[in-house]
Amino acid sequence: MALKDESIRQFTEAPATRLSGRFSVLTRLRRRIERWPLLRFVAVVAATTLVYSAAVRLGIQFGAAAWALIASALAAAAAIDWRGKGEPEAAAMNEARLMALTARIRPHFLYNSLNAILGTIRNDPRAAETALEEMAELFRALMNDPRQLTPLSDEIALCRKYLALERLRLGDRVQVQWDIDNCPPDALVPPLMLQPLLENAVYHGVEPMSQPAPIAFRLIAAGRMLVIELSNAHEAGNTHERGNRMALANIRERLEIYYGLAAYLNAEMRDGRYTVRIVVPYESAAR
Amino acid sequence: MTPLRILLVDDEKPARVRLRQLLDDLAARLATRVVDEAADGVEALEKLAERMVDVVLVDIRMPRLDGLQLALHIARLPQPPAVIFVTAYDKYAVQAFELAAVDYLLKPVRAERLEEALRKIRRGFSDVSLHSLAPQGRLQLRCSERGRVSMIPLDEVLYFKAELKYVTVRTARGEHLLEESLTQLESEFGARFLRVHRNCLVARNAIAGYERGTPKEGETEAQWLLLLQGSTEKIPVSRRQWAQVKAAIKGE
Repeated sequence: MALKDESIRQFTEAPATRLSGRFSVLTRLRRRIERWPLLRFVAVVAATTLVYSAAVRLGIQFGAAAWALIASALAAAAAIDWRGKGEPEAAAMNEARLMALTARIRPHFLYNSLNAILGTIRNDPRAAETALEEMAELFRALMNDPRQLTPLSDEIALCRKYLALERLRLGDRVQVQWDIDNCPPDALVPPLMLQPLLENAVYHGVEPMSQPAPIAFRLIAAGRMLVIELSNAHEAGNTHERGNRMALANIRERLEIYYGLAAYLNAEMRDGRYTVRIVVPYESAAR
Repeated sequence: MTPLRILLVDDEKPARVRLRQLLDDLAARLATRVVDEAADGVEALEKLAERMVDVVLVDIRMPRLDGLQLALHIARLPQPPAVIFVTAYDKYAVQAFELAAVDYLLKPVRAERLEEALRKIRRGFSDVSLHSLAPQGRLQLRCSERGRVSMIPLDEVLYFKAELKYVTVRTARGEHLLEESLTQLESEFGARFLRVHRNCLVARNAIAGYERGTPKEGETEAQWLLLLQGSTEKIPVSRRQWAQVKAAIKGE
């Protein structure tokens, strides 16, 4: 089941970096032009001068050349302006999509947790206090700006708070094997992507099991890519496929907004275990 | 007034604790006694076999045997207790409960709602509510062996055979005795099982093929035998059922 790091590197790096390279050169250029009006002005002037000098070299009369100059200047300005206008609109749309897609806590989890806290207050007020604090942290994270990538260490801390809450109601049945030492904590990831994956794993791989069935969480930095792998036990005939597919489709869409084609997600069932693997470009917070 | 005898069924301990506390809080107005707790449906069936209970408070999502499946088994008990489902918010479950007109409480449970539900308990279920809650029927069969309840997934059943007082259920792993009649089984699981003989129902998806046996002494025509997947046993088909069985196999 466990993949060798080397093989992960092989299958992740080749197509993904190529795509990300092409994707980023174009995007960066466009973004730079769009961000600095001066650069835009220079671009328009450069384009105009090119057309003008070409006209002169071809011996075209100044009158005609002047017209060409004006026309091309207008066209260049319009073209760049169109890009400039289209981008913020697309960005706004992506922003709205992100807002809509960013995971909301499942009602199932919210109400069950509240119920568990209510059942804990009288016998163990301190545990109940801690649980409410953890819940506050989870909701704070949910209210955060979904557009900003966040350091992996923050996301892992959030996962641990979430797991502590699940442990309050499910007890020792919640077990996670963390394999994350090979991953730099300053790597940046989309916010609230790991926690919903974990929530899925608890819902499908822990709650239906009477015996503890550990969840395995692996994070690997493989060259310029970051691999996130989460697997859980899966019982045949588990009937909540639909919710799971929706959660994955949601994460896929968010990955596309953040990274374009440079990131991807796949999921597979093998030997009674369900594994989700996400590969994103490795970006560091330090950069 | 004698206190209502209650069994709490939830896989989450704090949830059971919470229900106990609420029942305690209500004690002055409504006499109840929690006779036991169970952490899943199978354990609940074991507890119900040991003692009489008036009301079972049942969580929906549980390992081994979930709340709805447990309700199907409770309905078959000789004196079924009332069942009140307790569930965290789930749009579909709540819709199903409304349609089936069964009692349910939402988590976190409130004392007033719990009291209200306990005051109007109805014993047993109507067939209509059972069917609308779990249209596929039971997914597991229950058999008691030496006082222990064990569950057999319906998917694993190769055939049922009636012998004297009992029905034997055969899986690839072994044989168990059931306390139900072949007719009942046929009416509940008719879509998945085929009557091949007066005393035998075979799982349609376990049929691997058929062959002709050797004729008995004094008979000219030999009996047809069904071959099963996952077993070397051959099941005789009665002459009366043969046409029907053959049609069913060919049709698939």
